[in-house]
Amino acid sequence: MEFGPYLFFASLEGAITAAVLALTAVGLSIVFGIMRVVNVAHGEFYMLGAVIAWWITSMISAHPALGFVAALIIAPITVGLLAIVCDYLVLRRINYDPERTIVATIGLLYVLQQTTLMTFGPEPRPVEAPFNKRIALPWFEFKEGGFALTWPWGLSTTTYKLAVIAAAVFILLLLWLVMSRTRVGLIMRATQLDSEMAQAHGIPVNKVYALVFGLGAGLAALGAVLVVPIQQAHYLMGGDPLLLSFIVVIIGGLGSVAGTIVAAVLIGMSDGIISVFFTPTLAKIIATLLVAFVLVFRPQGLFGKPEL
Amino acid sequence: MSSALRNFILHILVLAVLVVLFFTVSEYHSGNLARIMVLAVYAMGYNLLFGYKGLLSLGHALFFASGMYGLGLAMEHLGTSAALAMLIGLVSAFVVSAVIGFLALRTSGVAFMIVTLMFAQAGYLTILLAGKYTRGDEGFGIPQADRAIAGIDLSQSDNRYFAALILFAVCFLFIGWLVQTRFGKTLVAIRENPERARMLGYDIQKHKLIAVIISGTLAGAAGAGYALLFGYAGATFATVQYSIYPLLWVLLGGAGTTIGPLIGTIFMTYLIDISSEYTSAYMLIAGLALILLTLFAPHGLAGVVRKKLLPWLP
Amino acid sequence: MAAINLLSTRGLSKNYAGLQAVHNVDFDLPEGQVRALIGPNGAGKTTFVGMLSGRIASSSGSVLFNNKDITQLPAHKRMSMGMAYTFQITSVFSKLNVHENVALAARRVVDGNNAAVNRRVSEVLEKVHLSDRHDQIAGDLSYGHQRLLEIGMGLAQTPRLFILDEPTQGLAESEIDDFIDLIAELSAQTTILLIEHNMDVVMRTAHYITVLNFGEVLDEGTPEEIRASESVQSAYLGKR
Repeated sequence: MEFGPYLFFASLEGAITAAVLALTAVGLSIVFGIMRVVNVAHGEFYMLGAVIAWWITSMISAHPALGFVAALIIAPITVGLLAIVCDYLVLRRINYDPERTIVATIGLLYVLQQTTLMTFGPEPRPVEAPFNKRIALPWFEFKEGGFALTWPWGLSTTTYKLAVIAAAVFILLLLWLVMSRTRVGLIMRATQLDSEMAQAHGIPVNKVYALVFGLGAGLAALGAVLVVPIQQAHYLMGGDPLLLSFIVVIIGGLGSVAGTIVAAVLIGMSDGIISVFFTPTLAKIIATLLVAFVLVFRPQGLFGKPEL
Repeated sequence: MSSALRNFILHILVLAVLVVLFFTVSEYHSGNLARIMVLAVYAMGYNLLFGYKGLLSLGHALFFASGMYGLGLAMEHLGTSAALAMLIGLVSAFVVSAVIGFLALRTSGVAFMIVTLMFAQAGYLTILLAGKYTRGDEGFGIPQADRAIAGIDLSQSDNRYFAALILFAVCFLFIGWLVQTRFGKTLVAIRENPERARMLGYDIQKHKLIAVIISGTLAGAAGAGYALLFGYAGATFATVQYSIYPLLWVLLGGAGTTIGPLIGTIFMTYLIDISSEYTSAYMLIAGLALILLTLFAPHGLAGVVRKKLLPWLP
Repeated sequence: MAAINLLSTRGLSKNYAGLQAVHNVDFDLPEGQVRALIGPNGAGKTTFVGMLSGRIASSSGSVLFNNKDITQLPAHKRMSMGMAYTFQITSVFSKLNVHENVALAARRVVDGNNAAVNRRVSEVLEKVHLSDRHDQIAGDLSYGHQRLLEIGMGLAQTPRLFILDEPTQGLAESEIDDFIDLIAELSAQTTILLIEHNMDVVMRTAHYITVLNFGEVLDEGTPEEIRASESVQSAYLGKR
């Protein structure tokens, strides 16, 4: 297998990881950026998105596209609402104290994960993609006379996978528009900059926090719904995305959405490529050590402001 | 009576109770208690850093595993004796905690939590990657024949109980002494108001590093002890779950008290053991406990006792 | 008799991204003196003192203490060389009791066992009139008493240089009078540097005054000289 085409294939796989990771990580980043708390249960909101998508698609047994579209809408909203409930019940009561929030969300992680284990069960369950045509991956070759396109044996992608990448880009653009051009976005950014001032200007900070927490969870769930036809729904599937999101958010700079996206692309691509060429375990080791060293030596990440 | 004497008597009483328990409860429970006492050493190490110094680490499983694998690998691949392997386990944990402490203490608060978590994860993954030697998740057993010190077979349940008790007692008394020294009181001061402590001339970083090293070495002692007494080393003990456990035990029992870790470990271990008989989702209990404790009882059991009844509780 | 300079700075400056908070300050504090540092708000007093104590890193210049260059030393090392510092907003160990607060300060300088430390604590608490409260939780004390506690913690260290940042802020009249007496007592054994806004306190306690304005030394002199100085008056009152 030649290196070039294989790299192309690995990059595409990496791009899919990056796309979903970008959505999930941006969710985490918004929560930290605006609320200044770290939600360790973020991966579980992701997992719930996939699990709920499975429930919905298995209930709507008509054309898989129908079930999938329903899941795409219902799952993130449900998870978002659940997150808002958690915010009311727990986070608000501990006043968003950073350390207590981490401990409480660790507890939340186990509650969500284990409840899913009890109801959904320990086996992974597949969800059918709404459309799934194979596309062979082309590659260039020098032949007498000039370039020619060839199709290396065994390397292909699917229409759905490409659609995931497109969807993620679309959603992130939409999010950027909302954050920077709408009133809601303005309120969120104002709360981020100075929550006391925001409150003094009549912004209901608590409500904003609830909304942001729900939005962050919803984004993660959305990412999971997109990816579940490619992977499978499983009660432990939140672990890796949580770790990767952490990595992305910290390297990109806590609180900087642009940095998060750039880092997601970098990390997603490298994770995909290293996983294909070496082992996934090695990729993860490098990634975890990277987070640790970035935090130790350059805590503001690549794009964040120097005050963690 | 001076407070030092009073504290000492209190600690001896606890040890006496543990001795009595051996003779009064069934073998099933004494086996449990042996395991609990070893884990309580882990909790006490964690408590020094979290309860007294105020630093929340999410990566202590790395230190526990360092001790466990230090002893386990030495006995499995190098054929060292149990006693020497115990020493190797301790030294491994000491070195690892010094290195991690040096790096991680450049951060604080939330960043510190994440950094310790990341290093622990990297450690776990490395154990998996080095599966040729460590047998990864599956782990490896340590033969009964090797698990003896000075001719005493430690796998036999009576000996095991008392070995665990001795390990616990040494660490328990050590902690009880440490928190009354200048060093211990300075740790508390740094936790309460680090800037003030700094402006009184105390070297904060040095104190933090020493606290991490002692804490990590105690955790390693527990890890090595566990491997020796229960004959097994496995990667599960290096997972995030095993970093969360001591936090849970200490929170429940009472952070910043000497008896809290033991109480928390007893309670939580029995709670989880009982619930795991009903469902494989027993960590749900752990999760609920963490949430409820953080919301309503951040001081834990012994902490409440100290607040309401006995303000002198060490 | 020539007094030895306990504390000196040469060319001490601090820039914050283009803003010169402190500019090229040469400062000498002879041993045994009570010096007041005054100046309008924003004059750079807190920044300057921050660079003396080590809480703020200087951009350029040097700080000498007891003839040793301490410019690169971290704050805790400077304190352990014989400085004590009270914060502008009182900072004590509010969840610990009064005794332990002072003991923590004393422990670092008193050799020997608990008994020796306890003796020092009792001495100090008597000086600041807090003996009857040694059991109380520091956070429960009134603000004025907390301030006294903080001063006591400084005393317990038997410092050579005692830096007090706006020590009388928030104190009642009678407490201020007590404070002035305390300073007079202390000045026999300790060199004292006060940042103060309360001109009455300054005039009654200081041997010498340094006036900062816009990050530079505007004037220096005895209380009478400063009171008469026109440049100081216009800086404070804004007249030109």
